[in-house]
Amino acid sequence: MVASRLLRPASRLLSTHRPFISPSKSALQPAASLPTLVNARRYATPSGVKEVAVRDALNEALAEELEANDKVFVLGEEVAQYNGAYKVTKGLLDRFGDKRVIDSPITESGFCGLTVGAALAGLHPVCEFMTFNFAMQAIDQIINSAAKTHYMSGGIQPCNITFRGPNGFAAGVAAQHSQDYSSWYGSIPGLKVVAPYSSEDAKGLLKAAIRDPNPVVVLENELMYGTHFPMSEAAQRDDFVLPFGKAKIERPGKDLTIVTLSRCVGQALTAAEQMKKDYGVEAEVINLRSVKPLDVEAIVKSVKKTGHLMAVESGFPSFGVGAEILALTMEYAFDYLDAPAVRITGAEVPTPYAQGLENMSFPSEDLIAKYGAKLLRV
Amino acid sequence: MFTRALRSGRALPLRRNAFVPLAKRTVTTDAASSHAEKEHVPEKDDKPFEVRLSDESFETYELDPPPYTLDTTKKELKQMYYDMVSIRRMEMAADRLYKEKKIRGFCHLSTGQEAVAAGIEHAITKEDHVITAYRCHGFALMRGGTVKSIIGELLGRREGIAYGKGGSMHMFAKGFYGGNGIVGAQVPVGAGIAFANQYNDKDNTTICLYGDGASNQGQVFEAFNMAKLWNLPILFGCENNKYGMGTAANRAAAMTEYYKRGQYIPGLKVNGMDILAVKAAVQYGKQYTVAGHGPLVLEYVTYRYGGHSMSDPGTTYRTREEIQRMRSTNDPIAGLKQKLLDWEVTSEDELKAIDKEARSYVDKEVEEAEKMPVPEATPKILYEDIYVRGSEPPFMRGRTPDENYYY
Ligand SMILES: Cc1ncc(C[n+]2csc(CCOP(=O)(O)OP(=O)(O)O)c2C)c(N)n1
Ligand SMILES: [Mg+2]
Repeated sequence: MVASRLLRPASRLLSTHRPFISPSKSALQPAASLPTLVNARRYATPSGVKEVAVRDALNEALAEELEANDKVFVLGEEVAQYNGAYKVTKGLLDRFGDKRVIDSPITESGFCGLTVGAALAGLHPVCEFMTFNFAMQAIDQIINSAAKTHYMSGGIQPCNITFRGPNGFAAGVAAQHSQDYSSWYGSIPGLKVVAPYSSEDAKGLLKAAIRDPNPVVVLENELMYGTHFPMSEAAQRDDFVLPFGKAKIERPGKDLTIVTLSRCVGQALTAAEQMKKDYGVEAEVINLRSVKPLDVEAIVKSVKKTGHLMAVESGFPSFGVGAEILALTMEYAFDYLDAPAVRITGAEVPTPYAQGLENMSFPSEDLIAKYGAKLLRV
Repeated sequence: MFTRALRSGRALPLRRNAFVPLAKRTVTTDAASSHAEKEHVPEKDDKPFEVRLSDESFETYELDPPPYTLDTTKKELKQMYYDMVSIRRMEMAADRLYKEKKIRGFCHLSTGQEAVAAGIEHAITKEDHVITAYRCHGFALMRGGTVKSIIGELLGRREGIAYGKGGSMHMFAKGFYGGNGIVGAQVPVGAGIAFANQYNDKDNTTICLYGDGASNQGQVFEAFNMAKLWNLPILFGCENNKYGMGTAANRAAAMTEYYKRGQYIPGLKVNGMDILAVKAAVQYGKQYTVAGHGPLVLEYVTYRYGGHSMSDPGTTYRTREEIQRMRSTNDPIAGLKQKLLDWEVTSEDELKAIDKEARSYVDKEVEEAEKMPVPEATPKILYEDIYVRGSEPPFMRGRTPDENYYY
């Protein structure tokens, strides 16, 4: 699809008159550096598997991409000298210097716009938001300047940029610091949006995001940064990337399809075990990995098998990721459903500070298990 | 007013050079730089007398400096002392409770910066308005919040100042508009408060505070423009504590003279470690805005002793010596204390009694706060106050439809 752009008559015409649109531009990268499908389940030997924290997997991804391509640079608040507010960029300044790893003033709209500009001019910025709550200051640049430009220019002007940072609620930080933006970005044509759960997800998706010729939003989760996951030998290599739009079946099952993303994947896996113990049912847990594009095929395939679907996410319920999954299931898998599809979401409330109230605002493992059982009438 | 030459002839120690700042700072941060003749200090607690401020209390930009004298009373000075001790004691309690894991999330303390919150309050009335960022405990207390309600909020209690909904960063009171978590966002909001004041023909002022880091947000400049364009009665105030998180001011700002960053708005840089200088500046600023001259940009030169928040040790991006130097030579509380004793405003014993009173008041309130119940984890309380009572939609959706809450 990238190649076909080159063959467009208008594009060819323009490029002769406008030599600054050079074939070295990101959108015109050789296919080799585009994300290629790597099977994450390709564990070599168990001994080669390593336990890696999500934070370190992200760090590794950044380091490898900085190493591989000098067009890549990282810019954001506290990313360099402080080693990152959440230490995701630890050591990168020392290793790559202050040309590549840049501390920004607190000026989200400004530095986001600046990185978008750098991307338009051919660099491959990684724009870090300390959290996505602060990207609300800059969302105009992400959507109007980054996401829409390629289309508005008729395919002439690409924007290879990665926006990343922690998304969703964290513990006890109240309303302004606890929002999940998956559905916000997921609704925008021109953006790709991924939400890693495990360390392999984190590394593979972030690397793919940096290499992808489009603007990509990587929604990490602060509560997962310190969690360790096994990382296969393949995933430890510097050519490891995960494809966008491909969900991962984290746990196979025949009775119920649980479609979920980010931190909720772990909760769903625990709930699935609980459901097996308490009710003898087998839930299939699908880790979306990618919000846009969204792997409808994987959902339909699973529903064909199980006849039941439950979406689990932690965003606000209205117009959310869960709502989208249910709608898609209606559109593409209605005939395979044995019961109406259901969703568990965050509650429709600005996040409260007090712990007891906060607990009521987000999906819990227990709730997932119980609601799943209710859906299955077991 | 004294000329500069005359004023610099005074015998007070010049501590300015003891401190080597990263960014150029000409205003002193000496907390004990004011002067009064003890012979002129009246017997009576509420009889005014004059204090002379250091000539290094202010730096101005396109503005006549405020008077270098301040009328005060023994009573007021003692209250100032009490207020600062209370704030510090309260922040220390928060520090302890956080370490005991009783406070969740982010918790930003203002230890070292007490003279700003307390000094401002002594220059304004309850009809004036204050808005600030997340480092807000001291302001909440000065605006009339009780220690119990503030600490209660930190503990997530039902009787906390925001009923356990807001936590450390979000506290509100009459004339206090928070407690805001998004860096810089409170600045145009502050301009709006001033706008409403002007709209309603009120002769109050709005104190709009933000950090040195926040001062680089674009919307700060947008607010400046509107405020000047419409002559709004507002005192923008940059609390320059030298760092925005781990970033030194001069690594984030192309020009660190924050009081000049209004460009077309006159500015005033103030010794933010000296509560008397803060009061004099804000009092003057208030008069200026109320007289219809439009906005001012103040810069309170101050220092935070602790890390940015409780999770930041605060020692990776600055030296321990720097912190120690500020604590030991520029402390706002110790500075005022020294003056009170030098001027014989109070005796050592009386001061000790004030200290004790402030501390035991705070300790008692903290103790009570710890006994307060947490909000009941019920849908009624969870969904309460999303909208103004009586104006709610029929229901809010829960995590599942089973949990929907019908008002
Ligand atoms: C828009 C936005 N960006 C980033 C943050 C994260 N953050 C919170 S405080 C802070 C530093 C602010 O420094 P400064 O304005 O100097 O205030 P201080 O903490 O020193 O009082 C940052 C980056 C935020 N809360 N909001
Ligand atoms: Mg600061």
